[in-house]
Amino acid sequence: MDKKENTTGMMSCPLPISDYDAITMAHGGGGKMMNNLIEKMIMHYLSNNMTSEKHDGAVFNVEGHRLAFTTDSYVVNPVFFPGGNIGELAVYGTVNDLSMCGAKPLYLSLGLILEEGFLIKDLEKIIISIRDACERTGTQIITGDTKVVDKGKGDGIFINTAGIGIVREDINISPSRVEEGDVIIVNGDIGRHGIAIMTTRENLDIESTILSDCAPLNHVVQKLIDAGIGIHCLRDLTRGGLGSSVNEIASQSQYEIEIEEKSIHVLEEVRGVCEILGFDPIYVANEGRFIAIVKKEDAGKTLEILKKEDDGKYASIIGAVKGKNKKGLVTLKNLMGSNRILDMLSGEQLPRIC
Amino acid sequence: MCLAVPGKILEISGDDPQLRSAKVSFGGAIKTVNISFLSEAKVGDYVLAHVGFALNIIDEEEANKTMEYLKLMGDVE
Amino acid sequence: MKYLDEYRDSDKAKLLVDAIHKKVTKKWSIMEICGGQTHSIVKYGIDDLISQNINLIHGPGCPVCVTPIEKIDKAIEIASKANVIFCSFGDMLRVPGSNTDLLKLKAVGSDVRIVYSPVDAVQIAKQNPDKEVVFFAVGFETTAPPNAQAVFIAHQQGVMNFSVLVSHVLVPPAIKAILDSKNNLVQGFLAAGHVCTVMGYKEYEEIVSKYKIPIVVTGFEPVDILQGILMCVSQLEEGRHEAENQYSRVVTREGNAKAMEVMYEVFEICERKWRGIGEIKESGFRLKEKYSDYDAELKFGVVNYSVEESGECISGLILQGIKKPVDCPVFGTKCNPEHPFGATMVSTEGACSAYYLYKEKKL
Repeated sequence: MDKKENTTGMMSCPLPISDYDAITMAHGGGGKMMNNLIEKMIMHYLSNNMTSEKHDGAVFNVEGHRLAFTTDSYVVNPVFFPGGNIGELAVYGTVNDLSMCGAKPLYLSLGLILEEGFLIKDLEKIIISIRDACERTGTQIITGDTKVVDKGKGDGIFINTAGIGIVREDINISPSRVEEGDVIIVNGDIGRHGIAIMTTRENLDIESTILSDCAPLNHVVQKLIDAGIGIHCLRDLTRGGLGSSVNEIASQSQYEIEIEEKSIHVLEEVRGVCEILGFDPIYVANEGRFIAIVKKEDAGKTLEILKKEDDGKYASIIGAVKGKNKKGLVTLKNLMGSNRILDMLSGEQLPRIC
Repeated sequence: MCLAVPGKILEISGDDPQLRSAKVSFGGAIKTVNISFLSEAKVGDYVLAHVGFALNIIDEEEANKTMEYLKLMGDVE
Repeated sequence: MKYLDEYRDSDKAKLLVDAIHKKVTKKWSIMEICGGQTHSIVKYGIDDLISQNINLIHGPGCPVCVTPIEKIDKAIEIASKANVIFCSFGDMLRVPGSNTDLLKLKAVGSDVRIVYSPVDAVQIAKQNPDKEVVFFAVGFETTAPPNAQAVFIAHQQGVMNFSVLVSHVLVPPAIKAILDSKNNLVQGFLAAGHVCTVMGYKEYEEIVSKYKIPIVVTGFEPVDILQGILMCVSQLEEGRHEAENQYSRVVTREGNAKAMEVMYEVFEICERKWRGIGEIKESGFRLKEKYSDYDAELKFGVVNYSVEESGECISGLILQGIKKPVDCPVFGTKCNPEHPFGATMVSTEGACSAYYLYKEKKL
């Protein structure tokens, strides 16, 4: 397509792309603004029948084999944070996205963008972490690429990983399978990763023992599958937190979902930091947490399996799927026992004083 | 206005009166808070912190009175 | 967490709700002053729990919401300058000015930084001697002593590349302006608890006496707010009008003398325009002459600004408690958190934002 045609195409587009002329940090927050950017601009040009599923990865058939394919980029700062680093995050994040489709993760690609001046010894630590994370997840890096950019253009290191996995014929895990009466279960306490990152911000001067919950989820998902659990949907909770993920599923499946605040566990220290900054833990990022939407009769067994995991102490049933709702609605029964709407995070949470 | 959070003083430092500060624990997360407005604050006190400053010491006796009052209401029910 | 969890306890809240139901013989209209209280009320559904007996009117206690558009425009002009590091509390970043906001400005390259404490901005100034560091000093009386202390410290330490853009507002003049308004529906107030940790509540005694209206200093957690409401309706039912203190665990009648001393050392009272409401006499703070070197408006020559406010936005009427967000024709449609028309939608403490987040889809 030549430039002129492109421009005309954009001008005749009926959807306003954005009120913003430039990308802001809020566009990366995992909330409404990011979703708007994806829906109204990126998907406007690129959508097809596979992307419209809007799940964490794409599942498709190739000559009789069902494969899952996903990609994710990692730009976390600082690259070494309490409880982990960008390397293991880059492996676990993509492996987890494949797991959320019900796939057995097999192979990953590794793209590195290195900033001039980034220390080789730090790169080595990250590569070793990547190797260890692959071992832990039973996956292999089989292809990759390395680029270097000028100092000032790269924030140390950016990583992209794409992953491919295989999905058993009898497995169908996606928002389209959600049903009224399904139960929603989270595999542990929330908010650790986002708060672990926040505590590294020098200007906030917060000392804490909080470690990121960064972890692989493929093994526990496999245990659920092997136990014959009627899994309808899985979603890992990353940016935008539990609140945004539940909203995504509600709108993608077009159901009303009700969750209960008192069933959601937050570690006291995580709460402490959230109180100081004015953050709502329900919107804070996680990296080793997911929600499973399962058949009601399998809820007890699911919880039992999740609680047996190392970090599964606070796994809990947090809610249920109600009736059909085109707009996708999430309500939260709060500590006072009254219901309020739980919306998706708007941009990103900013520390507030008010 | 305004976001202010209760926390417990763990240690106090600083000779300059304007910069007198305390390490305050908020549920285990520790933040340095300026206590220049509270000359009588001591380790073990709970303070209310807003924008990095402690505004007042929490009066445990008063807090207990509120809880007692609510308990009595409950007993009467 | 101690001194938080017990005030979020649903059993205690229920006791208070029942006590309120038993106490009232007619419907009363009570205003909570502070945006933090509004946030709590809507988040915990307190207004729904007592709606048959009490009409809760959300007051103008959101310093972010009431910062005049001109101030935002001045902030943007200053922050746009190449050698300026503009520091602000996070709340102010998304408040719309006439054309843009600080967050969008940051996106196109201006050095706009979020700070947690005003003293952090002084630190940044010391670390960047070749830059001008400006701090957006916004807030009620709660934040005034910390902001004053930052200026005092900068002055003491001779940090000359630091200045403040002041937009402080005071509570008692706002209460009087609401009570003097011919549209006033408010019969009792829940005063802003954290403002009173600094100021005490002596200054409300004159108001209750003149206007014959109860004022109860109230905290922010659900149990605090419900207890404050109970105390207020008890006064109304019994025909009393006193300044009472629900938040006695941190508020005393005299307030914090040291905090007030620092505040009055650096600031003096002045006229102040409130966004959406207009000018309220003697309702703001400005830097005293002695500290004029730290006045960003003088330093950058952004003194005379005048802006017309948007016709469609009714945030002023909402801030005065005359209308509710749902009365606004653009609420939830053209105006929402991603595209806010006025500050009551931007700030999480703003009535419109609280309604949108917690109630909108129910309508």
